[in-house]
Amino acid sequence: MTMDFTKLFELIVAASLINNFVFTRFLGLCIFFGVSKKMETAVGMSVTFTAVMMISAALSWVIFNFVMVPLDITFLKIIVFIGVIAAFVQASDTIMRKVAPALYYKLGIYLALISTNCIILAVPLINAGEHYNFIESLAFGLGSGIGFALALIIMASIREKLELADIPAPFRGLPMAFIVSGLIALAFTGFSGLITL
Amino acid sequence: MEKLKKDHQLTLSVSPHVRSEETTSRIMWSVSASLLPATVMGAYFFGPKAVLNVALCIIASILSEFLYQKGTDRKITVNDGSAFLTGLLLGLNLPPTVPFYIPIVGSVVAVVITKQLFGGLGYNVFNPALIGRAFLLISFPKLMTIWAEPTAAFIKLDAKTTATPLGILKEEGVAKLLEMFGDNSNLYLQLLSGHRAGSIGETSAIALLLGAAFLFYRGYITWHIPVSFLGTAGLMAWAFGAKGAFFAGDPIVHLLSGGMLLGAFFMATDYVTCPSVKAGQILFGAGCGFLTMLIRLKGGYPEGVMFAILIMNCFSPLIDRGFKTKVFGAKKEVKK
Repeated sequence: MTMDFTKLFELIVAASLINNFVFTRFLGLCIFFGVSKKMETAVGMSVTFTAVMMISAALSWVIFNFVMVPLDITFLKIIVFIGVIAAFVQASDTIMRKVAPALYYKLGIYLALISTNCIILAVPLINAGEHYNFIESLAFGLGSGIGFALALIIMASIREKLELADIPAPFRGLPMAFIVSGLIALAFTGFSGLITL
Repeated sequence: MEKLKKDHQLTLSVSPHVRSEETTSRIMWSVSASLLPATVMGAYFFGPKAVLNVALCIIASILSEFLYQKGTDRKITVNDGSAFLTGLLLGLNLPPTVPFYIPIVGSVVAVVITKQLFGGLGYNVFNPALIGRAFLLISFPKLMTIWAEPTAAFIKLDAKTTATPLGILKEEGVAKLLEMFGDNSNLYLQLLSGHRAGSIGETSAIALLLGAAFLFYRGYITWHIPVSFLGTAGLMAWAFGAKGAFFAGDPIVHLLSGGMLLGAFFMATDYVTCPSVKAGQILFGAGCGFLTMLIRLKGGYPEGVMFAILIMNCFSPLIDRGFKTKVFGAKKEVKK
């Protein structure tokens, strides 16, 4: 049992820091640049994203192992996962509009964008490819969510600080955000080789 | 007209607000002066090639800052000494025998990308010299890990290459290190004097401590970051440094080797890239120490100081936010 906890802990750390989806695999950049301009939206997005991430990891795991493997249609996993995730995000979108309209209007288009986010799709695919069990899949989803949240919040704090900086005109806004995330990625290479899964 | 309008605008800047232009350059030149002992020791151990590389770094840094500011029609701030200091720090962080283009590439990355594109001194998020070095390490991994053996004879030109103490510690363990240096006290002595392989300016602990003492005396650095940095790193080295047993590691070897002292006193304490609140600085230092030891003990690289400081640089705006004191009656500005 202790062995399992070590594995889960390593999965979470590996997914959030060492193989951070944004800074080492460069996935999910559209949302990353889209909502990291302000801390408020970044935090809202982080929470939504992590929740969607875990639930869709769980859903896809169940469908993959109980429907697709028995029917021997695992080659369809990309299409099926996209469908499952899109349906789930659409549902949560509708619920959020009713329950938390303020947050819904803040996140606007990005909530819909979550459904086509590469990380949301990558996590179920990696879970399926690595044959993680249910708990491991959840842990990997949680780690990826935390990693994305971390990236968003760091980036938002830096971009808010840079609002006041005297950046040359052609580099203001998005170009600078790209340079900053490149430099953060450079710093994150220090984590490489820390845990090998 | 546009330019005229710009001159009349209020200058908006991030904290700290107390420093004026004169004291900035005074601090920069003083910090550069405090690195003199380390530079001299580096020159003594690694010879003319090392001196040439440090000089190239400094010249390339100043030149790229000058050319960038000239080209973009900005105020030339070469005299404030910050480009000199960036060049010097980058030079001291390089292996002694790198070919001539390495210092030049590193300096351009450090000054132009890491500092000037962010709006110049005071706005950069990352320590320029460390980004320069990290960029070089990733781009030229082979050249950046050739460590010349210290010769202690200025005229000897073709030095043999060897492994750094941390490299040996990582690959072969502490027993091999002791075998190379004789016994513990001799090992400490060599680490203190700087007679070991490593980057040009990081080897001599005594020289670095001398420079740090000068900075403390002048009040340019406070205890918060160095003490929390070295304290956390020492604690971790003691607790987890030995294989198979807790609290059996040797913190002194870890504290004196690699870039630990150079990083803790001269790099992590950079005003611009560390948090400005003292409580935040303690957290920042502790994070640097923790990450350094994590990378040294578990990571893929033998040395983690550079990455640790850079990673904590990412967090320092966030730390500042967390420890920010609330301004009484202030309302959040709505920006569209």
